[in-house]
Amino acid sequence: MAQVGVRPGTLRRMALRGGAVLIMLWSVAPFVWQLSTSFQEDRALMSPTPSLIPHPLTFEHFFNIFAVKHFQSYVLNSVIAAGVSTLLCLAFGALAAFALSRLNVRGRFGVLALILSVSMFPQIAIVGPLYLIAADLNLLDTYTILIVIYLALGLPLVIWVLFGYFDTVPREVDEAARIDGAGPIRLLLQIMLPMSLPGLVTTGLLAFIAAWNEFMFALAFTSNIDHQTIPVGIANFTNLYYVPWGDIAAASVVVTVPLVLLVLVFQRHIIQGLTQGAVKE
Amino acid sequence: MTADVLQAGAAMRTMVAPRRRRRGNWAPLLFLLPAAVPLAVVTTYPILQGVWLAFRNTALATQENAFVGLANFRTLATDDLFWNAWRHTLIFTGISTLLETAIGLGMAIVLSEYFFGRSLVRAAMLVPWAMPTVVTSKMFGWLFDGQNGVINWLLRSVHLISRNIDWYGSTHNAFGTIIAADVWKTAPFMALLLLAGLQTVPKSLREAAMIDGASAWQSFWYVRMPLLAPTMLIAGMFRALDAFRIFDLVYVLTGGGPADSTEVLSTLSYKTLFSALLFGYGSAISTAMFITEALIAVGFGIFIVRNMRRGA
Repeated sequence: MAQVGVRPGTLRRMALRGGAVLIMLWSVAPFVWQLSTSFQEDRALMSPTPSLIPHPLTFEHFFNIFAVKHFQSYVLNSVIAAGVSTLLCLAFGALAAFALSRLNVRGRFGVLALILSVSMFPQIAIVGPLYLIAADLNLLDTYTILIVIYLALGLPLVIWVLFGYFDTVPREVDEAARIDGAGPIRLLLQIMLPMSLPGLVTTGLLAFIAAWNEFMFALAFTSNIDHQTIPVGIANFTNLYYVPWGDIAAASVVVTVPLVLLVLVFQRHIIQGLTQGAVKE
Repeated sequence: MTADVLQAGAAMRTMVAPRRRRRGNWAPLLFLLPAAVPLAVVTTYPILQGVWLAFRNTALATQENAFVGLANFRTLATDDLFWNAWRHTLIFTGISTLLETAIGLGMAIVLSEYFFGRSLVRAAMLVPWAMPTVVTSKMFGWLFDGQNGVINWLLRSVHLISRNIDWYGSTHNAFGTIIAADVWKTAPFMALLLLAGLQTVPKSLREAAMIDGASAWQSFWYVRMPLLAPTMLIAGMFRALDAFRIFDLVYVLTGGGPADSTEVLSTLSYKTLFSALLFGYGSAISTAMFITEALIAVGFGIFIVRNMRRGA
């Protein structure tokens, strides 16, 4: 580009580009370093000058977490707890959102406000009492208790977002369905859900990520590798004499990469879902 | 979650025009039941139970479990550990919310302009948000490690510091490091929310301002900012309420230490419940926390309503 004088737009464009580079660095640089760490030997990690390119490259940390620390058990537990709770969340949430949007529910906005307020209290306020209840019911160290908790924590968001989607489906559609003899269940399954597919994908992902990442309840309600989820496993990764930063990095990579891929594939949906209420109108 | 907030805003607007309703039958209740039961069992009931426990001396170690009236709260009022954690929580909430909103706004302004690779940057911004907080916590533990941390190395390389700094093992720095980790994780998310708000400002308004001879700065400050204010306030409120509950970051990175310098209400309450096994006293702490959070919400609510009234 052979430009002599500085055009007024040039400075602005450069500032914009600089800003974009900064945002990119902010967002991914720490994780890139974590990625690099996971392939480096402990000796290299302790050296006075760190290197971004692993040299020599090693898989020992991945070997350690799977073969020695049985990381796959935590992964399985997380997949079960987060997966089942997400599916239930979508099913129960869709029913509730449908009722609130289409059936005659008295004080529907009261109900919606109540659901929202329930999601706003500090979770620490329920962990104690819930622990006593779970202990009484012999539900400590079970998938059931984690699934039920994640279901309840995910429901408010699922109901709100799906309600938003359902409410934008024109009422003429239900009239037509009713005239054709479809009951509420068929209206929901064959018309509303297919028409709200993006909402379903988004809320499903959000509920899954929230359950996948949840730490406090998993920490309180599970005490061994048979039911502990990934965050608890990673939090407990310590060796006797030193912090195994390489192993921790490897585990971080294993849990974060699938999430990042999911998020990248569905980013448009996610951003839309997260900001839907703001963008509408 | 910050997410449902914006929804709330949208719903509040629809609330103005209630739809006609007929006399209800049982079908809607059947549809609501599968969601209502877990919500009631996991949230409503334990909240009430928690308030009840706050008036008892329930302790799992000693098997005590009797009504003690306000005794727990009287202890709380003079408990230095509690007020220490209370102060930390409020300071953390204030500083991190402000920083996240400010940095998020900056990022949102950059993203509201078109540039090559914008959608890639926007996607990358979801990485800190999607990452489990426990992983963030460990990641910052490694980045800010006192011996081999890359942050110390970077700062030494550019001669900002001459010796390694103990970022989270010393009482001076640990709290700041926690705030840094939280800001890193949440600012990009805040930016995406604010970006959505910015994009609702009609292009025609900016064009009109430009034709009237407004500078880029004027058009931002007088046209887009006032329209963004409600989104910013609501997003800020939800962020503040969320920050107030901080647990994972502190518990994993410092465990509340060193010497209680990073103890917050959630970690204090958790330790009282599950290490000391004092369920009565622990519930009193979380009830006090609940009240504080409600006050914050009400404060924000009043501010938002006032702001909207003035705008309207």
